[in-house]
Amino acid sequence: MPQLDISTFTPQIIWLIITFGVLYLLMAKLALPRIGSILEQRQNRIEDNLAMAQNLKRESEVDAESYETAIFEAREQARTSTQLAIKEMSEESQRRQSELNDRLVSEVKSAEERIAQAKKKAMSNIGEMAEDIVLDAAESLIGIAPSKDSIKNAVSAKLREHPEG
Amino acid sequence: MAEAHNPLDQFVIQAWVPIKIGDFDASFTNSSAFMLLSVICATALMVLAVRPRAGVPGRWQLLAELSYQFIAKMVADNIGKEGRSYFPLIFSIFIFVLFGNLLGMIPYSFTFTSHIAVTLTMALLIFIMVTLIAFFKHGMKFFSFFLPEGVPIILAPLMIAIEVISYFTRPFSLSVRLFANMMAGHTLLKVIGGFVVPLGIFGFVPVAGLVAVMGLEFLIAFLQAYIFTILTCIYINDAIHLH
Repeated sequence: MPQLDISTFTPQIIWLIITFGVLYLLMAKLALPRIGSILEQRQNRIEDNLAMAQNLKRESEVDAESYETAIFEAREQARTSTQLAIKEMSEESQRRQSELNDRLVSEVKSAEERIAQAKKKAMSNIGEMAEDIVLDAAESLIGIAPSKDSIKNAVSAKLREHPEG
Repeated sequence: MAEAHNPLDQFVIQAWVPIKIGDFDASFTNSSAFMLLSVICATALMVLAVRPRAGVPGRWQLLAELSYQFIAKMVADNIGKEGRSYFPLIFSIFIFVLFGNLLGMIPYSFTFTSHIAVTLTMALLIFIMVTLIAFFKHGMKFFSFFLPEGVPIILAPLMIAIEVISYFTRPFSLSVRLFANMMAGHTLLKVIGGFVVPLGIFGFVPVAGLVAVMGLEFLIAFLQAYIFTILTCIYINDAIHLH
């Protein structure tokens, strides 16, 4: 078996130590720190990006929340102002209606008063008018002009029988 | 052709450039060449492939990063925070053994991990390092490692004997596992390969077998590098945390 040939041991061991030593130095001083730094950079970049994404997400959540509250507040405000307007308008219309009512009532009242006055006036005039008519009628019918006093007495007597005409 | 029939010929060390340092033979051999190639490949992968320093890695950079993370996770899982300072060593062991095993899969190449001299040297260096770490960390308390807690005092002599033996067999089990696996696989491939031409038209049967064993060997090449590395991690962990 060539593996047990002792004479080949020293060159193998010497070259093993030389080559492995060189490899160790190359790996320890050059290759591994470089790869380590590349991996670390990448890890940092990934973590940074993830953190940034997290922040943006949080910000957008905050924005969405404030938007939500703004919408809610606006809706609430709209509702209260609508209710207020409806209330005001109904009060106004009630007020106007009552005003109109009062005015109509007072107008009716004054109209009634005026009618009553007119009626009174008409009633007071009716005696004189009747006296004139009686005088004219007596003159033209019988040719005699009765005295004013007798006519007045007769008319007022008649009017007393039918006070309402 | 006669020498090609011996399945063990592939493991022969050939001195390409004879070098003598004092009394030591330090010849540049086929084994040395593949060690050097392994270092070059590992360096190319781990240094050149990550040269773009891309935020989004390409294929080669991804391969280098995955190797890094694979071993970093292994160290973190098996040793913990204290393992960080041993990470370059453990990574170098992994990548060196892995490339040694994988380069050996190329036909007509040489597998330096199939030699006990190489694997035992690595295992002994790891063993010595681990023992030194344990001594520096724990001083004389290190010897409590050989007597697990809660063992009845009557069993203590037996337990200590078992623990000491198992501790000192570590470098041998570690090295023999790797060397034997690599050697057995390559020998098997060569033996099956030897049947192809003599069987003539039925040669496709061993070829199919070769394809299957080749697949298995790639798995073993990776698996043995993994086992060698994770055992190193476990030994270092034992040295740092004792039991």
